Amino acid sequence: MTLITIGSILIATLSGLLPIIFLKRWPTLLRLIHSTLIGLAGLGFISAGLLTLSTNQSIILNLTTGFPAISWSLHLDALSGFFLSLIGIIVIAIAFYIPFYLRQYENTKQSINSLMFFTGLFLASMSLVILANNIFSFLFSWEMMSLTSYFLVIYQHQYAENRKAAQVYLLMAHLSGLFILLAFGILAKFSGAYDFQTIHTHAATLTPLWANIAFLFAFLGFGIKSGMVPVHVWLPKAHPVAPSHISALMSGVMLKVAIYGLIRIVFNLLGVIHWQWGMLIMCIGGLSALWGILYALMQNNLKRLLAYSSVENIGIIFIGLGLSVIFISDGHPMLGALSLIAALYHTLNHAVFKSLLFLGAGAILQHTHEHDLENMGGLIHKMPQTALFFLIGCISIAALPPFNGFVSEWLTFQASLQTSVLHSNIMRVVIPIAAAVLALTGALAAACFAKVYGVAFLGKSRTRHARHARKTGLGMRFSMAALASTCLLLGIFPAFIIHLINKIPASLFGTGLSPTHVQHWLWIAPISFKVSSYSSPIICGGIILLCIITYFLLRQFGHSYAYKKNPAWDCGFGGLNTRMQYSATAFVMPIRRVFHNAWQLDEKITTENTEDGDTKIRYELRIKDWIWTTCYKPLDKYIQKSAKLLAHLQGGNMRIYLAYTFFTLLILLLVVS
Amino acid sequence: MKTLLIEIIQVLLFLALSPLLLGWIKCLKCLLQNRRPPSIIQPYFNLIKLIRKQTIVPCEASWIFRFTPYLMFSVSILAGIMVPLFAINLPIAYMQIGDVIVLIGLFALARFFLVLAGMDIGTAFGGMGSSREMLISSLAEPSALLVLFTLAMTASSTNLYLIIKHLIESSFVLRPSFVFAFLGLAMITLAETGRIPIDNPATHLELTMTHEAMILEYSGRYLALIEWSAQIKLMVYLVLLSNIFFPWGIATNLTLSSLSIGLLATILKLFGFGLILAITETNLAKLRLFRAPYFLSITFMLCLLAILSHVILEI
Repeated sequence: MTLITIGSILIATLSGLLPIIFLKRWPTLLRLIHSTLIGLAGLGFISAGLLTLSTNQSIILNLTTGFPAISWSLHLDALSGFFLSLIGIIVIAIAFYIPFYLRQYENTKQSINSLMFFTGLFLASMSLVILANNIFSFLFSWEMMSLTSYFLVIYQHQYAENRKAAQVYLLMAHLSGLFILLAFGILAKFSGAYDFQTIHTHAATLTPLWANIAFLFAFLGFGIKSGMVPVHVWLPKAHPVAPSHISALMSGVMLKVAIYGLIRIVFNLLGVIHWQWGMLIMCIGGLSALWGILYALMQNNLKRLLAYSSVENIGIIFIGLGLSVIFISDGHPMLGALSLIAALYHTLNHAVFKSLLFLGAGAILQHTHEHDLENMGGLIHKMPQTALFFLIGCISIAALPPFNGFVSEWLTFQASLQTSVLHSNIMRVVIPIAAAVLALTGALAAACFAKVYGVAFLGKSRTRHARHARKTGLGMRFSMAALASTCLLLGIFPAFIIHLINKIPASLFGTGLSPTHVQHWLWIAPISFKVSSYSSPIICGGIILLCIITYFLLRQFGHSYAYKKNPAWDCGFGGLNTRMQYSATAFVMPIRRVFHNAWQLDEKITTENTEDGDTKIRYELRIKDWIWTTCYKPLDKYIQKSAKLLAHLQGGNMRIYLAYTFFTLLILLLVVS
Repeated sequence: MKTLLIEIIQVLLFLALSPLLLGWIKCLKCLLQNRRPPSIIQPYFNLIKLIRKQTIVPCEASWIFRFTPYLMFSVSILAGIMVPLFAINLPIAYMQIGDVIVLIGLFALARFFLVLAGMDIGTAFGGMGSSREMLISSLAEPSALLVLFTLAMTASSTNLYLIIKHLIESSFVLRPSFVFAFLGLAMITLAETGRIPIDNPATHLELTMTHEAMILEYSGRYLALIEWSAQIKLMVYLVLLSNIFFPWGIATNLTLSSLSIGLLATILKLFGFGLILAITETNLAKLRLFRAPYFLSITFMLCLLAILSHVILEI
């Protein structure tokens, strides 16, 4: 197992280094080798992760670097095994996607080699974060992950918008790194060591005050990276501008690495956990879920919409995590395990369907060159298979049975309904409110993805580009098919997955769900059959069977089955055209009126008279993020101002600089002596 | 074996009685509005007529348009399995295929596809209906979940059979949460099944319609399936209202006498609710579309109040 783990990380690194070595020779072959290596690395990640999860063994590997206290230490336990296999699933799917997707950059100024270089390093560093066993290796790989992803975001740097987005991303990533460093600093100070095992065993020495501070730092640090509100602002900027498979990796995997970090710190390194932390995580989670989906609803740029929906899903994961912390600190480890399983299940689900949707968006982008939903339409006729896979992704993310998103939301609901066991009244009141927010979020997500699918894939093609879209490349279709079938499997056979995930709470705090309730393959009944049960296989089979029976019965007794194709009814006026369809903006207009205070709306209607005597009406709508305009913009202004003030120090005169140096030296000497 | 038989009978009853229930409501409405009522079994004739007719599909339609009616119908049948109609103490109750969350989720799945089918044909009517349906459902669906959560927390189970069992067995107390929950669920029923004041089931081709706009292009057997599943959905909601809040008479053991009493009681309750529905519909006017969110947000608040009053006052 050690061999597989180390081998796959090396293979991932190699896949990045090869293009640098061979540069411009044999570009097609190089792309193939690159994607093969990535696929192999993914296979290695999955097998190492699943082996750890199923055998419940953990391995520790130490590599000394020659410096004292700075050594590479890797640790593969149940939690990292789960996240490693999550990376593996997405990486394998993307390996098939890459050679076909990269074709569009051929014969452009874009350097494919640099993309491949950073992709390989990005994958390797993400898996290293998951495996890191001491502070040094964790932070090193964390920074590697941030930096390589920055270069991937800025890949198409000829557009000013992309450069701006990447800059915001780099800034936020460094802030997050800073907070994580501070959190780890506190932990290292109290335990006197850098490796996670010692920190874990010395966790009791942490005073409550410092534990709270360390938690806050860690929560903020990992929260920035995972995209929680109000520090989500980099996400809707950075995700749309990266190449689509990179967006899939960032949204599907990198956000999950941050979730991993949070779980590791809260459940493993901090020792005693307090219910206030759970409350904070849950409230921020609820806010993120609602904020994310409300903003996702209003987006017309497909990839930005998906990015906001990631904010929503991270919120749902946080609700589960928060519940878990609350239940554990209140002395109900079984319910804590249930909530943690719900959160982890949703983490896995979100990784799968969000990657699927981003890959689908990439396929659309490649063939229509359109980001904007308003310019798509009718794609189900042009790319039928992509349309099917994208539909599966949409149903899954909208949390509809019998697909996978529903299972994790169902588990979260089940956990949140157990509030009557809690001792504190506040928690008993707040948790149902979080459940209400989750319910509202689910319904809005269905509306959001009905809009996406209805406008992009159904109806008539709205533009020439969409009319001339072609079938997607084989490898791209294959990777989407793989993810779509993973969605189905995760949705229809949740019992197996829950059985596997159940080992994580068992290894983290010693309690899992009781084994009698997780072993049925047909039913899941996380608490007991008396409380609730859900049988996804029967529901899915039932729907299929009933559809078939209905079909044949109607064929038997109804009119002879040959439906006639006729044009749609046009109110007798004739000439239905593509402009008469409901647009994406119009589709969500009623919802926009209901929740109008949630967005900063900038609506403009201008009428002008044309020469023919007609009036031309122009409608413009801009939707701005309140948090961006009220928090970040003023902050930005303030920083700029103070930077200008500080610039006075920089006179450009050599003698003044020398004086600075001299005074600094003097003051330092004063301090030291 | 016996329980399986009862489950099958229950599903068949849902299929058979739902058009009758609609016919009853239509009859009553006509009588209340001083019109001559159609025969109470007219919905059956309509369904048979539609099934016999040739289906016409718009040129732009994809497979989603053709698949949706089948999906809606199957989902309605599955809902019929999950909602206890006249008997609760079935052994199968402990191994339910889904609980209340799954029930709401299945209805949401059917609606998701219906909304897509409305947009599939690329006409303004379809999109209009779809957009409005999503507005209504985005507020009504979470409210429905909240009502059912209130009940689930009272009975500490989300299984409908067990919730009703718990309510029958516990002595009757007027709980404040139940008052809110009942009002909430009644308002949700109006919204979810497309009744006045949210949507008018009697109009075709008006700019105010929602459900009818989405299914405007459907004909023949597809329309029959959609109408039938809408009727089943109405019945499911009325059964939920009557069996949860007025669970009297429901059969708790499997003897023939108690089963027949249960069936009779359920039918009487359903027809009673049909009368109430007809009276409310006659007395209310349809709301403007942008008034509907007020109605729905009041519903949502009532449901939130239900769950909060439960956790604050009753635990």
